[in-house]
Amino acid sequence: MANTKTINRRAALKTGLGLAGAAAGSGAITGFPTIWAQNIRNITLRQFGTGVSNLNALADKVKQDLGFTLAMTALDSDAVSQKAVTQPRSYDIADIEYWICKKIFPAGVLQPMDVKRIKNYDKIVPIFTTGRLAPESRIAQGTAPHTVSFVEGPTSTKFAAQPSGWMTLIPTIYNADTLGIRPDLVGRPIRNWRDLVDPAFKGRASILNIPSIGIMDAAMVMESLGRIKYGDKGNMTRDEIEKTTAFLIESKRAGQFRAFWKSFDESVNLMASGEVVIQSMWSPAVTAVRSRGIACTYQPLEEGYRAWGGGLGLSKNLSGMELDAAYDYINWYLSGWAGAYLNRQGYYSAVLETAKENMTPDEWGFWMEGKPAQSDIKSPDGKVLEKAGAVRDGGSFSERMGQVACWNSVMTEDRFLVQKWNEFVAA
Amino acid sequence: MRGAPYLLAAPLWLVLGGFLLVPMAAIVVVSFFDYDSVRLIPDVVLTNYADVLLSPVTWLTYLNTLKYTALVWVLTVAVGVPVALFLAFCVQSAMLQSVLFLVCTVPFLTSNVIRMISWVPFLGREGLFNGALMGAGLIDRPLDVLLFSDFAVVLAFVHLYALFMVVPVFNTMVRIDRRLIEAAVDAGAGPLAVLREVILPLSKPGIAIGSVFIITLVMGDFTTVRLMGGGQRASVGLMISNQIALLQYPAACANAVVLLLLVLLMITALLRVVDIRREL
Repeated sequence: MANTKTINRRAALKTGLGLAGAAAGSGAITGFPTIWAQNIRNITLRQFGTGVSNLNALADKVKQDLGFTLAMTALDSDAVSQKAVTQPRSYDIADIEYWICKKIFPAGVLQPMDVKRIKNYDKIVPIFTTGRLAPESRIAQGTAPHTVSFVEGPTSTKFAAQPSGWMTLIPTIYNADTLGIRPDLVGRPIRNWRDLVDPAFKGRASILNIPSIGIMDAAMVMESLGRIKYGDKGNMTRDEIEKTTAFLIESKRAGQFRAFWKSFDESVNLMASGEVVIQSMWSPAVTAVRSRGIACTYQPLEEGYRAWGGGLGLSKNLSGMELDAAYDYINWYLSGWAGAYLNRQGYYSAVLETAKENMTPDEWGFWMEGKPAQSDIKSPDGKVLEKAGAVRDGGSFSERMGQVACWNSVMTEDRFLVQKWNEFVAA
Repeated sequence: MRGAPYLLAAPLWLVLGGFLLVPMAAIVVVSFFDYDSVRLIPDVVLTNYADVLLSPVTWLTYLNTLKYTALVWVLTVAVGVPVALFLAFCVQSAMLQSVLFLVCTVPFLTSNVIRMISWVPFLGREGLFNGALMGAGLIDRPLDVLLFSDFAVVLAFVHLYALFMVVPVFNTMVRIDRRLIEAAVDAGAGPLAVLREVILPLSKPGIAIGSVFIITLVMGDFTTVRLMGGGQRASVGLMISNQIALLQYPAACANAVVLLLLVLLMITALLRVVDIRREL
């Protein structure tokens, strides 16, 4: 009898401890959620987006910190816009790029967010609110995020010119893109976008085959050559589109390009195999080439960068407890852990202050301040990305994001652009 | 039970109706819709067809696709018929015949994409083939034309689809009555004459079925052209996939309808020339 009692007491103790642990695990005592811990576990938020930010590590951490499940689907950027528009009931949170947002939000499938419910709203990098990184900086061309960041009211689908308190997307990641080069094979310093079409690299250059982005890389080249001065590279006139594609066709016929790439891995393979020595590239692709032990530089250029950014948007169908959970998730996203995780991959996150608290001074110095690494720089999963002493290509955050010449965009004449682009591919 | 035959045919009709006719009707309907960057606007407009039919780019792209189809067809016939001939007539034992036939299908146990991608490291500038040629002193600069070119596209197509020609041709050839060949030989025909006068004419239905496969596969392809052409070559399938990617569904549908009509036309013409019903 006494024996059983002891066991019972022990069991009771254990259960009690277990419950306390579960409560701690679900985040009930970390102060984040505004929802009952019991109910929150049954919530699943379905998020989709491109592979860059749909990371399982984030979903795991959300489960640990907030208690609910985040089901991630990674798609390519074409599929993302299709799903966002055509299947609004199949997701709760859309992780989309700002230029796609310009297309998608007016379709009425997303709901704006009340910034009063977003704790770190004031600390979001001003690129996304006022458009100016520093008060004196110039606003870049293209679909600058702040132009599609706000709508006029809670039910509006009309973009507001000023911060209105109703935000379309909460920025997740953004970056500045430029040309990637093989420093060992180009044989000379690369300083300008026009170097992409230098006859010295005939048959060893590549450009990306996504019309809306490829055309802007081409525009950077054209302007660098002094052939044309665009009103807005991100929203070209028919005449400008025609001239730019004519130039691309001319270069293609002259045999300048080895291939066009469309997916991340294609660009990595082209570069790593040496088929191509200079091409438009994305930052993680450069990292991927380097991690194979092959020299590859993400070359800063005099004319500046072409930037892109993505953010989280809420589905129109979200309401009640799910909506509260989504706000919790967004507040969590901006609270530092996720920001640090993304910064360590070479992207930039929306709220820098909180991310900084979650990074070592050395990491912060390397990724954000352009300082030489004091010790080896590791990726979030522990792989060595850079040896001690390395400096990030392009330098600090303000040097890179302050040099943005244009943002990825969608053009008014996009139908015409696609026709012309097909002409280029078929030429 | 006069309705019995209809009842028996009903499952087939349901499947064909649900999975072929309805989607096809949807494609035709949408091809008349208008669209902007994100939305389909139900309407009856002819702009999509005008865009397809009046643009020189489309014509170039269709021509290019037809060029691929013609080249791949000629090459798969050139490869497929001798292989089938060998299997059907030179290999005497039925056992060995089946074994060799299975050997032909072995590469098809891996995925289409892998078989295609495996050409990339082989044909590249730093690839095995260029390395071998340079090592043998035959060339002193790598040949660029091997990869990301029409050559690479056609090569991959032939590699991927040759079996679709071998199988039906082989199937027809094994069914040729051997007494006809004996009779031809008795009548004094040499091996070439037998091939020309007896075997090939009797194999025509098999070649026609193989051709139907090749034409439909190549005309509709978009991955091979994209990967092996390095994005620099155009095909109708690729054009449609680009349009879908940009949410231009009506344009893609109009293109698909035109492509469908063209392929149907080609196949009808083919079936006019060769009666394949004997085979079925």
